[in-house]
Amino acid sequence: MKIRTSQDFQRIREKGLKRLYPKRVRVKVGMATCGISTGAAEVYDALREEVNKEKLDIVVGQTGCIGFCQQEPIVDIQEFGKPRVLYGEMTPKKAVQLVSGWFDGEVRPKWALCRFDEERNILTGDLYAHISNGVPKKMEKIPRYHEIPFYREQVKIALRNCGFIDPESIEEYVAIGGYRSLWHILSNMKPEEVIEEVKRSGLRGRGGGGFPTGVKWELCRKAKGDVRYVICNADEGDPGAYMDRSVLEGDPHSVLEGMVIGAYAIGAHEGYIYVRDEYPLAVQKLRAALNRAEEYGLVGQDILGTGFDFSIKINKGGGAFVCGESTALMASLEGNVGEPRAKHIHTVESGLWEKPSNLNNVETWANIPVIIARGSDWFAKIGTERSKGTKVFSLVGKVSNTGLVEVPMGITLREIVYDIGGGIPGGRRFKAVQTGGPSGGCIPESLLDLPVDFDRLTEVGSMMGSGGMIVMDEANCMVDVAKYFINFLRDESCGKCTSCREGTQRMYEILDDITEGRGKRGDIERLEELGWVVRETSLCALGGTAPNPVLSTIKYFRDEYEAHIEEKRCPAGVCKALIQYTIDPELCTACGRCRKDCPSDAISGAKKVPHTIDQEKCIKCGMCIEACKFDAVTVQ
Amino acid sequence: MDFRKVDSIIGQHGNRESEVISILQDIQQEKNYLAKEVLEHVAEKMTIPLARVYRIATFYNVFSLKPRGRHLINVCLGTACHVRGGERILEKLERDLKVVRGETTKNQRFTLETVHCLGCCSLGPVMVVDGKTFGRLNQNTVGKLLRDFD
Amino acid sequence: MIAFTIDGVGVEAEEGSTILPVALENGFEIPHLCYHEEVSPYGACRLCLVEVERGGRRRLTASCTYPVQEGIQVFTDTEKVQRARRMIVELLLARCPDRVVLQELASQMGIEKPGFTLRQEECILCGLCERVCREVVGANAISFFSRGYKRDMGPPFRDPKACIACGACVYVCPVDCIKMEETAEERTIVRWERTLKMKKCTVCDRSFAPWYQLEYIKERAKLPKDFLDICPDCRG
Repeated sequence: MKIRTSQDFQRIREKGLKRLYPKRVRVKVGMATCGISTGAAEVYDALREEVNKEKLDIVVGQTGCIGFCQQEPIVDIQEFGKPRVLYGEMTPKKAVQLVSGWFDGEVRPKWALCRFDEERNILTGDLYAHISNGVPKKMEKIPRYHEIPFYREQVKIALRNCGFIDPESIEEYVAIGGYRSLWHILSNMKPEEVIEEVKRSGLRGRGGGGFPTGVKWELCRKAKGDVRYVICNADEGDPGAYMDRSVLEGDPHSVLEGMVIGAYAIGAHEGYIYVRDEYPLAVQKLRAALNRAEEYGLVGQDILGTGFDFSIKINKGGGAFVCGESTALMASLEGNVGEPRAKHIHTVESGLWEKPSNLNNVETWANIPVIIARGSDWFAKIGTERSKGTKVFSLVGKVSNTGLVEVPMGITLREIVYDIGGGIPGGRRFKAVQTGGPSGGCIPESLLDLPVDFDRLTEVGSMMGSGGMIVMDEANCMVDVAKYFINFLRDESCGKCTSCREGTQRMYEILDDITEGRGKRGDIERLEELGWVVRETSLCALGGTAPNPVLSTIKYFRDEYEAHIEEKRCPAGVCKALIQYTIDPELCTACGRCRKDCPSDAISGAKKVPHTIDQEKCIKCGMCIEACKFDAVTVQ
Repeated sequence: MDFRKVDSIIGQHGNRESEVISILQDIQQEKNYLAKEVLEHVAEKMTIPLARVYRIATFYNVFSLKPRGRHLINVCLGTACHVRGGERILEKLERDLKVVRGETTKNQRFTLETVHCLGCCSLGPVMVVDGKTFGRLNQNTVGKLLRDFD
Repeated sequence: MIAFTIDGVGVEAEEGSTILPVALENGFEIPHLCYHEEVSPYGACRLCLVEVERGGRRRLTASCTYPVQEGIQVFTDTEKVQRARRMIVELLLARCPDRVVLQELASQMGIEKPGFTLRQEECILCGLCERVCREVVGANAISFFSRGYKRDMGPPFRDPKACIACGACVYVCPVDCIKMEETAEERTIVRWERTLKMKKCTVCDRSFAPWYQLEYIKERAKLPKDFLDICPDCRG
């Protein structure tokens, strides 16, 4: 049934509110890819089985990723009139115990992550209070959402609904204010006015380019021609970044709504969402959401009865990082190989099928409904002078609290890594944080107080990129990290231009030599020269930014490079050719576990005789380290 | 060779040249890999030069022109997984399955591939087998996980 | 007409032109490999780099694909251009050390030996052969395949059945790596492993073209069956 009047909207909103805040107990399981890969599906099945078996008055449902991925599987219980509670690291057994004891008043505070006494809806500004009669005694010890370090400094705009709503329920999306922005602009604003709002907000592209979104929309609208396209870049290829995946899996309607608003502003009637092939669940959720949106008349012909037509098609990528580049993405949509072209003529003037095309990233689109609802002034108050709003980062690697965090621009790296991330686990020391994916660079400890901001990060040789933030400790070798990125880029290079194709390959060869103990004096200078050429002469931004990880690690960790080259030593103990595994005879208990696990029979020893490793046979696989319960294996 | 399913897939996509990547993806889903005869047939049916179809099939990682095993293993070598030892997991699998990355085991049971980022970075190292994701791997457990796949 | 400068000299060009052909016509020497006036520009070899100043900003860019604009200033031989060109030549030479054209470019720049491990490729992946085969001849017999450092050029599956042995690719290759061999009976395009029997003229009995090529032309131009049985000399 197509929505035509505000009464239609109200009816759906009411349906959604009943689903979101039922007058009973509602249990949600986080079923995004991060949840499922840790066993959320089994938890979900176990819960449903228990509820059916014991005929419990509980409705069990699904939700997206709430960002605290370290704690997955996450289960969320909401009883009408009581605080909503999040439970982490759940197993099928624990989940069953949780619900079966719930009506006896057992809330298991030890398993709880946090509780919500109330929820602020960032789209409408409304406050929903879960509790009416104060907090139940047994829940008092459970910290509140805004008190726990992981969430305390976060401001969720793009991720506002992830982990809160059922992504497959359009009613819930409407209930929290969804599609209200679309209704508003179609009823009350001219396309140019929408563009002005987005311009005034200061929103900059969240995919890595950081180009002012409103300006891009305006250029596209003004370009010559009758046919225009609106495209969503969901080819999130930066390894270590999964922000877009979470939005697509947890709140696909936010992207659809953003795109329809954009299409109206720009004057486009056809849109594409290009999702990478490696995200099957995201594609599925997106397709389901699009179907529902079409049924309700929010996408397609005569949207909301206003006569505005805009249809969306979902295309899957073919497994090529370079297709995240706008011209390559459009080539791929046309059915060609993802080879970029020089951008002397911008895609806003000549893009998909040589028509003006506006391409934005998933996170950029997800911000649009909020900017329209709360206004550009509100948005512009968040962030820094030139980087407005929030940014979602995937905080991963050697950090205690890994997950997705959305923070106002201007927060420092130190706050993200230590306050939100909980610092480095295992008593290790921070070494570097890599931002911006393969196009970015490594930032050392001395720069941790840098505020996160498009321009500040670029100034120090890195970049914001799509938001990947990979923390490294002393056990990571920066030369190995540089080699890793260059290896990735030479693999993903389309191969068209000499600079990138030959340049990244040769940079890889030098780095490989260095990590294998064949480094020579002059290699660092050679890398710097190659880096200059690849950066300055490549045809597209893949090549143009490829040298960044290498050049930034040389800049801040030159001593590590020199140790590899001059002393044939890897200070972090990573590069296989330069390290040795030895067993400390004082710690070895001769239990024999390592000997059993060694795939190359390199360990010898007997009962009560400390074991030794034959260096000739040792392939440095590390199985002995995994096996040893006494930490007797050391790396030198 | 029976091309009825292939023709049906081409028809579902309206025989549109711009859809050739999606068409090849659906065909591979159906036929396990893209054989030379299949690509020749697609070229003829869609009146696209074979050279162009071949170019597309060899450009994108998702396509395989060689038969793949019954089960597809994708080990994540994304940055977060690399930093947490993803390479070691891959090497363990290479040893256990006696193949090199990109290859299929002799008994056609497994094809071992790598992927750069599946988007589960908090749970690294990660691998996907037949669409099922396994996180928090270590060298000891990874071999045992494969026992469930015949 | 669009007016701009190259190395301080004023030039004019039609709208829609790119810098390189205009520069060459006006006597400026910009080395290039993957550009040919008969096919569309590609921008792959990166040898034709120049510095272009526009709106107060200067950028290194490939002159074969940069559209001319009013008032831009093009510089063909600055320090930056030389530095970039040098490394590009070094990289290409390290890939294809036996190509005479590359050796000559290298010696002009004073490069003795590339500072990289030598590979033994012959093709520089400029794509001219593919573009001429697709855009001019229409045979579509060869294409790029694979990606990145594994990228290569050739017929699909190494099966050259669409090749009509016209020799256009041989003619256009800037590093002379596609050879053509002919006997009285056969013509071979060596690189694509394509050998075709030659057709003999029904009048003078000399071989004049591969039979397959003639069939292709007859089909494309819808000519009568025996139209191309007589060679051009005898027909004249």
